[in-house]
Amino acid sequence: MTATDVSSGAAQRRSGHYLYAASVALLCAWVLVPLYFLLINTLSSPDTVNSFPKPFIPEFDWGSLEFFAGYEGMLKALKNSVVVAVLTMIMSIAVGAPAGYALSRFEFRGKGLFRMLVLLTRAFPLPLLALPLAVMFIRTGLDDTAIGLALVHTTLAIPFAVLITFSLFSGIPIELEEAAWTLGCTRFTAFTKVVLPLILPGIAASAIFAFVISWNEVFAAAVLTIENRTLTAFLLAKLGEAPLHLKFAGGFILVVPALVFIFAVRKYLFAMWGIANR
Amino acid sequence: MTPRYLPYVLILPVTLFLGVFFLYPFALVAKQAFTTGGGFTLDNFREVVGYWKFPISLKNTMLLAAIVVPVQLALALLMATMVNRMQKGRDLVLYVWTIPLGISDLAAGIIWLAIFEQSGFLNSMMTGLGLVDQPITLLGYQNPWLVFAAIALAEIWRATAIMLVILVAGIGLIPKEYYEAAEVFGASPWKRFVKITLPLLRPSLQTALILRVVLAFEVFAVVVALGGTLFPVLMGQIYSYQFDLMNGGGAAALALIVLAISVVFTLIILRALRVPKGATI
Amino acid sequence: MTLRSKFSGMASGLAILCAAAAAQAETLFWSTQARPVEEAQAMREQVLAGYGSAVDYQPNEDGPWLTRLQAELQAGKGTIEVLGALHGNFAAMNPDDLVDLGDLGVAAESATFNSLAMLGTDQMQYLPWMQASYIMAANKEALQYLPEGADINALTYDQLIAWTAAVEEGTGQKKFGFPAGEKGLKHRFFQGYLYPSYTDGVVRTFASDAAVEAWEKFRELWSHTNPASTNFSFLQEQLLSGDAWIVFDHTSRLAQAFNERPDDFVAFPAPAGPTGRGFMPVLAGLAIPKTAPDMEASKALVQYMMQPETQIATLKATNFFPVVPVDLPDDLPPAVKASGDAIAKMSGAADANPGLLPAGLGDMGGDFNRVFVDTFERIILGGQDIRAVLDDQKSTLAGIMEKTGAPCWAPDAPSEGACPVE
Repeated sequence: MTATDVSSGAAQRRSGHYLYAASVALLCAWVLVPLYFLLINTLSSPDTVNSFPKPFIPEFDWGSLEFFAGYEGMLKALKNSVVVAVLTMIMSIAVGAPAGYALSRFEFRGKGLFRMLVLLTRAFPLPLLALPLAVMFIRTGLDDTAIGLALVHTTLAIPFAVLITFSLFSGIPIELEEAAWTLGCTRFTAFTKVVLPLILPGIAASAIFAFVISWNEVFAAAVLTIENRTLTAFLLAKLGEAPLHLKFAGGFILVVPALVFIFAVRKYLFAMWGIANR
Repeated sequence: MTPRYLPYVLILPVTLFLGVFFLYPFALVAKQAFTTGGGFTLDNFREVVGYWKFPISLKNTMLLAAIVVPVQLALALLMATMVNRMQKGRDLVLYVWTIPLGISDLAAGIIWLAIFEQSGFLNSMMTGLGLVDQPITLLGYQNPWLVFAAIALAEIWRATAIMLVILVAGIGLIPKEYYEAAEVFGASPWKRFVKITLPLLRPSLQTALILRVVLAFEVFAVVVALGGTLFPVLMGQIYSYQFDLMNGGGAAALALIVLAISVVFTLIILRALRVPKGATI
Repeated sequence: MTLRSKFSGMASGLAILCAAAAAQAETLFWSTQARPVEEAQAMREQVLAGYGSAVDYQPNEDGPWLTRLQAELQAGKGTIEVLGALHGNFAAMNPDDLVDLGDLGVAAESATFNSLAMLGTDQMQYLPWMQASYIMAANKEALQYLPEGADINALTYDQLIAWTAAVEEGTGQKKFGFPAGEKGLKHRFFQGYLYPSYTDGVVRTFASDAAVEAWEKFRELWSHTNPASTNFSFLQEQLLSGDAWIVFDHTSRLAQAFNERPDDFVAFPAPAGPTGRGFMPVLAGLAIPKTAPDMEASKALVQYMMQPETQIATLKATNFFPVVPVDLPDDLPPAVKASGDAIAKMSGAADANPGLLPAGLGDMGGDFNRVFVDTFERIILGGQDIRAVLDDQKSTLAGIMEKTGAPCWAPDAPSEGACPVE
């Protein structure tokens, strides 16, 4: 190999590296720029929101956000939203992950049917199911409770929890578990000591989905809660008809907590990286 | 406990849960679809399918899914592999890319309308750069393709993260040694992607695709925000039957049709991306 | 922590969550009106704060509003005490589900409204609560293009078309704004404005030759209409952004423009056609579902809402006008003044041709609206032949009228039995 070959190879690698960095930056911009526009509109006075051409630098007018700060019941609604979302997260993982494990490790009669059932839960529009659910909740006293709403949201999140954990368990060789059994672990301890750490990213992904699904769900929340409104039902349902500047500010307020949550759990998506790279 | 019963014990909680909170209400709604006052009838189905907007809505829904889902799949795969080989800043980049996950479809509609409307950001940018003299109508009925493109872009922006998160979690399970070995044998990055990543990622791909496709058939809020009345989709028709026409039977019938379409596509994906029995890494 | 203590901890946690929800002392006012955040806030702070006890004012879109209400009626147990909604929402309900409000000692000034509120029964199904209408509004910059000899307060459709054409020629942009969006109230324009102005009817004349002319005129108007109108549902937004200069919409959907920049816009009556100046009211009502947990509290709140002072406060909060006799104060918001003037000029015009809200359609009200929306979409957006579309839609309309047996309402000539489509 001659010297020129080496240097051209290095140049190629360097240009490849730039291309790579540029695409990462481009994709980040693709996600962030629309959000930046939301931020501009949130921090603009009503006049500016309606003006043309639009500014590309926020003018830091806090009026729209202050309106919501003074909006009665915001804090309570925020609390309700968090409670419902956390309950949804816990329930969907506790209920869903075992099923995901069963799907990946066992052949059993009715497996196909079961998978279909789980999937179809997301293939039917919730607003149609809301009526019979609401009747049931009113009769049983689950109506207007955080746990009641969380149950409905869990139903929405279960397909994600089951299928994500299923696909991740499938990616973990059964030999790994079998090795643990031969080393004296029971099925249960083999699971907790060997498999669970491996699928923590999947659990994190399911948790993100559960949280976000619950956080952003409007219809069931609007029908099934009265006193204990969630923030989304409280705000989002009405944003469609709000004046523009409030529409943007309200949208912004709803986005922020979800972003904080994803930020908090993002590292678990990579948490067990070292182990996964056996 | 004997292993024979173990799987059933493990799926029991989900089954009970879905039985009470999905199957029971679902059965009640589905019953409505087959009745109109009296006994069993298919009138509701005939009515909704015979309505002149049905073929258009069906076409629009399918077309949107056909464009959006493959693009999202490619984009999510690209992003996932990029994240995977990243040395530093991985956390941050992944976080940025998953941000749209936290944004509801209603909010996404608001954001993208602010970009595409006549006095929106896109027109501001184009006039600022001198590309056009005055703002042009982007979302008008004369440019149906522009409306379609705007909706597709917004959907790609909003919902790619769903696939990305699933794929990232799955890609993390592929042992690095495979890539190292392939590199030793001089396999190009593309070859490594096709021969190692794709096959080993099959379970995650399957999950990501199925969930995304099922959700794509339910697309609504973003479409309404950007397309208004110009781009009717099936979900909008369902809402219109349920809440404008107060025709619960019609709404249920249409919802069952959407369900059937979802089932067909799910089966196709399951077959195409079958995970061989006992397949392990 | 042992497993047992974990469980008991969880159980008590659940108990707390459930218990927190059980207590309810406020009167629940479940409404489809005053939904925008600012209006809802004004309802709570300015209208309901004056009521003796606490009221929980919850506005919702029609979907959740109806679903919740139906669920309570089916369960036979409810929390909703007072309903606030449009005439059309109540018309679609089962009469047995609403409590008779005839014995409250309050009613609207207008006998027409009171009889509408009986919904074809012999009871007051709901109480007329507040009213509004649809008007025109324009950016003052558009006034320079007004055709010569045209009086903005007595426009004809031809003049409106000429005006919008002149604006397009002058600015290079189509600046007429029409609420053709998903939530836009376009059907009301056809039912209450276009048809009465050109055919002196709505149902009988649906497919008449005059109707063909009306649609031709509208097609002409549409050629000067901002093509993005299919995304417009609240024209105040487009007035404020300048995307539209001349618009038609519901008074409360224009209010924000006048309140924010009162000096920039004018409100004026809807135009007139060969058979007069068609226009139609919007009527919202109050009702009590039979599942209301505390009937006395419900009735007390309804009575409070009908007091003249409450009605004035409601006007300021929502831009809906009172239905009982009141002395309007001077400190009204700009939007109320502007739209009030325009409505007064419209109803006082020599060629006024007022129409009524559809009545007797029951739960087919949505289907009735759909006939007009479909006709619009096929003729204007789809570019189909007017005669053919009208003849086709006619059978759907006739089917609805026959099924419901609804008699004709103004401006259609009265009918024996179901209103015929001629």
